[in-house]
Amino acid sequence: MTQDVTALQLVLSGDPALFAIVRLSLYVSLSAVALAALIGIPLGAWIALTKFPGRQGVIVLLNALMGLPPVVVGLAVYLMLSRSGPLGAFGLLFTPGAMIVAQTVLVTPIIAALARQTIEDLWIEYRDELSAMNLGPLGRVAALIWDARFSLVTALLAGFGRAAAEVGAIIIVGGNIEGFTRTMTTAIALETSKGDLPLAVGLGLVLIAIVIAVNALAWTARRAGERLAG
Amino acid sequence: MRAPSSELPIEFDHVTLTAGGVTILDQITLTLAPGAPTVLIGPNGSGKSTLLRVAMGLLSPSRGRITWGGLEDVPPLKRAIVFQRPAMLRRSAAANIRFALRAAGIPRAEHARRTGELLELVGLAHVADRAARRLSGGEQQRLALARALARDPAVLFLDEPTASLDPVATKGVEDIIRAVSERNIKVVMATHDLGEARRLAGDVVMLHRGRIVERGVAVSFFDAPQTGEARAFLAGELLI
Repeated sequence: MTQDVTALQLVLSGDPALFAIVRLSLYVSLSAVALAALIGIPLGAWIALTKFPGRQGVIVLLNALMGLPPVVVGLAVYLMLSRSGPLGAFGLLFTPGAMIVAQTVLVTPIIAALARQTIEDLWIEYRDELSAMNLGPLGRVAALIWDARFSLVTALLAGFGRAAAEVGAIIIVGGNIEGFTRTMTTAIALETSKGDLPLAVGLGLVLIAIVIAVNALAWTARRAGERLAG
Repeated sequence: MRAPSSELPIEFDHVTLTAGGVTILDQITLTLAPGAPTVLIGPNGSGKSTLLRVAMGLLSPSRGRITWGGLEDVPPLKRAIVFQRPAMLRRSAAANIRFALRAAGIPRAEHARRTGELLELVGLAHVADRAARRLSGGEQQRLALARALARDPAVLFLDEPTASLDPVATKGVEDIIRAVSERNIKVVMATHDLGEARRLAGDVVMLHRGRIVERGVAVSFFDAPQTGEARAFLAGELLI
């Protein structure tokens, strides 16, 4: 890559290496958000609807975990997945799978904490009606998640923003291997330190554009849905 | 015509309910039997809403007991309630009713027909696909009635069903209540609107400070109240 190639030309040229990096980044972050949603939304709903000793402490902890430092998560997942670690037998370290695991750990508390708040607010509003309809726990959770679906999109977006932006966790467990575990954020970190600023800037522009596009898409879907469902 | 239901009579036997040291219901002994609507009247805070919630089974007495058709702990399968401020599910009007039908375990094959009938009954067929939360206050109150009736209840509790409605919307709701009562569904309604109590009540129970101060057939209650509290309340004095 020569220095006179501008960042914009690089992006517009549709460079296949760049495309592969973008695709891997989206694959890792969207997979992590999907897994975190599968764990975080039911977990948030359960905390919202259940009274148990230490509930306040759990909520404080969950909110605090929203700010988990990515490098610490990366280190912890590294220790779990390394050959001598408890999950070493799966051979996940330095694969996209390891990156998905690390980002899932980062994003799950964000989705769970935001879902807990959203579903608890709705539960306060719906509690009397759902109790009067003699609805069981599963029916309640299903109704609340369905009716909170547009607000929960915001929780997913917050999770996606976190996953797409972080570099600390995936660079540790993924290793930034070219053509295999190199994502936009790890590539930007590498190219900047190497001095290839046009590529770094180009990737940075793509990353920002993707985050804006995903948010715009979700916002439009949310508005359209709310108009139909209130 | 409906067969006599096991839900009725609902019998309160010295029911007392306290919360945080405050007595909300105080030694209520009352029988709610099939027949014309029973209207609970009394000033705000007299315990009307709480009595309805206990009768619905949403709250348990602190002391005393309540039975439905002679049994304790009867799940609210054939009871329904419309709260003073009903929560509208974030779905269309029709979907709100379908949700109630599903919760009541009505076979799915009947949902479309029943939903149509209920929307027709409350005059909301033309807004079936509109988001429930975008409906007007009167329309929401009627939708809440339809949703309660979706359970095919033997007894229907109504908590100030017209409290925040204009006269036209109030008439719409009262007409439905009359139609419901004529179908042999026992209506038990709380209101502090004496005009509404006169228009709908078969018998009246007056509450004050969590106690029943007077009860009787509506005509005699309104024409010849027996207690000072009832006379004062009917005369429009402020009972405190």
